[in-house]
Amino acid sequence: MNLRQAAYPYMMWTVVFIAVPLGLIIYFAFTDMQGSLSMDNLVQAGRYSSVFVKSIWLAVVSTVLCLVIGYPVAYLMSRMKGIGNRTLLMLLMLPMWMNFLLRTYAWMTLLENNGIINNLLGMVGIGPLNLINTQGAVVMGMIYNYIPFMIVPLRSVMLKIQNDVLEAAQDLGAGPREVFTKIILPLSKPGIKTGVMMVFVPAVSTFIISQMLGGGHNQLIGDIIEMQFLGNAYNPHLGSAISLVLMLLVLMCMSVSGFLDDEGMEERLL
Amino acid sequence: MKWYSKTYIGVFLAFLYLPIMVLIVFSFNDTKGRTFTGFTTKWFVQLFHNAAVMDALMTTLVVALVSSVIATVMGTAAAIGLEKMDAKLKGAVMNLTYIPIINPEIITGVSFMLLFVTAKKWLATVGINFQFGWATLILAHITFNIPYIILNVLPKLRQLDQSLVEAAMDLGCNPIQAFFKVTIHEIRSGVVAGFLMAVTFSLDDFVVSYFTTGAKHQTLSVMIYAMTKKRVSPEINALSTLIFIAVLAILVLVNLLERRNEKKLKQGMLKWKGGGVKE
Repeated sequence: MNLRQAAYPYMMWTVVFIAVPLGLIIYFAFTDMQGSLSMDNLVQAGRYSSVFVKSIWLAVVSTVLCLVIGYPVAYLMSRMKGIGNRTLLMLLMLPMWMNFLLRTYAWMTLLENNGIINNLLGMVGIGPLNLINTQGAVVMGMIYNYIPFMIVPLRSVMLKIQNDVLEAAQDLGAGPREVFTKIILPLSKPGIKTGVMMVFVPAVSTFIISQMLGGGHNQLIGDIIEMQFLGNAYNPHLGSAISLVLMLLVLMCMSVSGFLDDEGMEERLL
Repeated sequence: MKWYSKTYIGVFLAFLYLPIMVLIVFSFNDTKGRTFTGFTTKWFVQLFHNAAVMDALMTTLVVALVSSVIATVMGTAAAIGLEKMDAKLKGAVMNLTYIPIINPEIITGVSFMLLFVTAKKWLATVGINFQFGWATLILAHITFNIPYIILNVLPKLRQLDQSLVEAAMDLGCNPIQAFFKVTIHEIRSGVVAGFLMAVTFSLDDFVVSYFTTGAKHQTLSVMIYAMTKKRVSPEINALSTLIFIAVLAILVLVNLLERRNEKKLKQGMLKWKGGGVKE
């Protein structure tokens, strides 16, 4: 009896439930309804290049805004002591555990034309503003839903930055700006890398946020995929082709950013 | 903290909680409109009398628990085996393990759908009727849960003091006995953390469930999705309030337990991590 065998059931499992489904995506992408080889789906997927561009653009905007808004939050959280630190972490995690659909639905009720925000604005004589079904609403939904994914890794990296190091820099004559650019920023780079990926990947592939907050004319690539599999336009072959392109795109972003380097992968994902 | 830091955090938290507060406030509103007209608890009563919601809650809990238990057993075994493997093979298995974590959820979802649709076709040719439902949901959930178990258990195995295992074997244990007498106690915290993570992800999952659910039993998330299409449904608000209370209660409880443990540590009451050695 050898302990290595303990992993055999799981290895079989990964083949059947991870490798085979991926193989099927590739198989469907390169075949037509009759099952014969065809490049048609990929050509058709190319027609959605503008949707790809739009998805990437909105995801990039949200990711950058998440970083800009979340970075100071993460830093302040990492400098807090004791009970305040723990309470704040709990306050950050709590919305994450509320169902994602409910939170997005809540923004629908806030942003609607006769929704809460417009009613409040109406009281002071502004509006009604057109908030829902805009790209802005989609970006806001992405930020709202994914900003914790930015803050959590940033905070855990910043926790490792000792106050002594910051004080040493100040003793040596560094001003607040220098302390930030020479100490805090370089030391928090791994956290930025992780945070950016953890926001960008779900944002670029979302279909719920665009559907609920973007209305019909702000479709992203996730919506197109969803339509091919569960929508009116049932065509798993085209859906697979688009999925394949999206998957390669995400992998490319990850390898460019060095996210896939072996070291620290475990810490990065938990 | 300076006043502007406090303000910044305050504004950020307000942004985080505003939508949730709106849901909660309107779950007590006695009309369906967007203005608060009066206090009522009737939506909660309606929610509990809604058979579909109760069925979805049941499905969600069963799928989460069953898939997490199976994933924990298989994942822990996998971690133990991987630890003993040569680097090349281990690397290959780990690369497959990372796929469900780093792939966009929608791709994981549609790839399962293709797998099950294909399986359905094949099984139909040999006369087996295979339908989307409990089985497809649970299989999909097991698959995306296992990586979290493995990633939680592997570091614990690496910290494991091998001489303890060797000592057990010297005293006449076979490897399996040694595992149950020594290893399992040493890696317990990782197994528990992985299991809890799996339950959380499974309860909260929408995308993968959406692509693998059957017509009959839906998970809560999939049902909420159908509800949100109807625009105004105060029962959703009632459900949000209940979920919020549940999550808050769990978090507070976990925090209290952690604090108690820390205090115990400070007082030196906590015996070393194995839960103490029996003399």
